[in-house]
Order: sequence, then structure tokens, then C-alpha cells
Amino acid sequence: MDINTPVATIYGDLHEKQIERWKTQVSGLRERFGEKIEEVLFPREYPTDTPIVFVRADAICEVLEFLKNTPEFEYGYLSDLTATDEQEAPRFHVVYNLLARKTMTRIRLKVRVAEGESVPTAIGVWPAANWAEREVWDMFGVRFDGHPDLRRILMDVRWEGHPLRKDYPLRGYQFFPTPEPIDPSLLG
Amino acid sequence: MSKDGSAAYFTTRVDAVVNWARKHSLMPMPFGTSCCGIEMMATLCSDYDIARFGAEAIRFSPRQADLMIVAGIVNAKMAPVLKTVYDQMSEPKWVVSMGACASSGGIFNVYSVTQGIDTVIPVDVYVPGCPPTPESLIHAVIRLQEQIQKGETLSLRRERLARAGQLKAVT
Repeated sequence: MDINTPVATIYGDLHEKQIERWKTQVSGLRERFGEKIEEVLFPREYPTDTPIVFVRADAICEVLEFLKNTPEFEYGYLSDLTATDEQEAPRFHVVYNLLARKTMTRIRLKVRVAEGESVPTAIGVWPAANWAEREVWDMFGVRFDGHPDLRRILMDVRWEGHPLRKDYPLRGYQFFPTPEPIDPSLLG
Repeated sequence: MSKDGSAAYFTTRVDAVVNWARKHSLMPMPFGTSCCGIEMMATLCSDYDIARFGAEAIRFSPRQADLMIVAGIVNAKMAPVLKTVYDQMSEPKWVVSMGACASSGGIFNVYSVTQGIDTVIPVDVYVPGCPPTPESLIHAVIRLQEQIQKGETLSLRRERLARAGQLKAVT
């Protein structure tokens, strides 16, 4: 894909105003966190619709907290928390999509995680991250440190492997003759 | 014969009468999991009116039903539930696999979907279509009635062949 191709967003094409806002925000982030911001990919320089900010895994919670509570940012809505399998080292990217409702601006944070490593949980900042992190664990096998209830959320508890990993076979069927056993701790 | 020549009774085989009664009083249990379920509802309603074939008494309890219409996709996580519901139905029981997803997995050839419900439970009539029209479902009910009247349904035939070693067991 040509990086000069404009990428359509759900709010129409990119506006100069939005680009300016992102530039000041990213420079503010770099100023505040320095080395903890690994890399920033900007729209028009890279085929993306929002800036992608790569953050070091140990700093993700403070960056999220900063973006949520600082007046110039006010990203008050965690619209998605997911992951991707990049098939190169480090293997996974955990993705945080944030939305500032006042300006309708989005920003994307990413954390690089190698296989077997874990990310600190974002529940302290975003309670909504609870189930999303369970889904990432279920589908990719990325662990979240400090998560209170890291169980599978979609697949059967007896399932082996993590189906959205690229090396999981597309037709890796696993069928169980009996219904999923109920976790006794959930019955109270 | 009465004295005036009219028939007061006639003789037949008991199983023929029983099968005749069964085929005209099917009690379907709807197992509608997706869009095929909508077509099944249309079949039940007045436009198509499956009551003309004696199958309008929908039972949402498997213990009161003898025909299960599996309408829609059955995920791997749903398969044990389907098996449990089927086991709860009392004999004699029949299964209609409605639509491409229930019959073969349809377009969903992935890790999370059963490739046809006949890998889980025996099936008597398969209905093709995505989703099948209400006419197709009515046709399936008529085919099932034919099978019931004959006394040997597809699943029973498969079972017999499998027992004789002529067919690999599917379930």
C-alpha cells in the first residue's frame, strides 16, 4: 500500500486540525515519558488512520492513566483492547484503542510482548479491560499480571491452545462429548 | 361388514396404524440457533402453516417433543448441549437438519464449528439451502412422514447398516 494514500476514517478523511492535535499530543507524551515511548507511527507517513504509539510494557498503565486524566488529552473511553500475532520477534502486539469523546479523536497504543512474557493489567485504569484481557488471554495466550480472574472467556475450559495465534490450525477442531464443567467457585 | 354392506371395521397391521398416527402428530422442538430459525418461524406461522401436516404443536421442552428441527449453526461449544437435548427427548424421535450450517458446517469451516450435526446426533432429513425456504422445510416434513410411515428412517437405516458392517458409523 502506498503510504500517501489517504486512509478514510469513520469521521471522514483526516483533517489538518486533527493531525495538528495529534502532533502536539505525541510531543507532549514524549516529553512526559521519554524513553518509555518506543516509537510513534503517524498517519500520512505510515498507512494508518490514527497515530500508533508503541509503549514499553512496564509503562503502559501510567501512559493510559495520563491519557485518561490529563485535560489536553481526555481519552475517556477504552473502545477496544485486543492483540495481534505478528509472527516475528517480539511476537504479540497488545492494542489499546482510545477515544476522546469531546473532540472525537482516537489514538492507538501498542505494547510489544514476546511469547511467554506478560503485560500489566489495565483494570486499575479501565475496569472495562477485565473481559477484554480475558479474551486476549483466551485467543492469544498473552498473560496479564495482576488480573483478578484470568480465565478463558469464549472457548471451552478444556480447550488446548489459543485459536487466534497464527500457528493454530484453522481446522483445529476440538469437540467435547459433555457440556463444559461449571466452575464451583462461580456458584457462590 | 354390516348387514347393509357398509364397512364397520377394517383390518390392518398395528405398526401401520401406529406409524400413521405418529406421522400426523409430530411435536417439533425448535433448536433454532441462527437465521434458519427465522425461516422455521415463518413455516410455523399462518402463511405456510405447518399445522396442515400435523406438526404445529411446538414444544420447548425436549421431553414433550419427538421431532427436533436443528435450524442453524451449531458451534463446538453448543454441540454437547445439542447432544444433551437430544438425549432428553423420548423415543421415538426424529431429527431434521435444516440448512447448510447444520448439515455440513456451511461456510464456517473453522476450528469453532461442528462440521454437520450428524457428527453429534443421528439425522433423518437434511434440508439444503442458506437458509432453506419454508417450502423446503415443509417438503422435509413430508419426506419425514414418508419415512415414518415406512417404519425405517434414515438414521435407523444407517444404524442397521453400521451394525451389519456395511457402513462406517457416523455418530
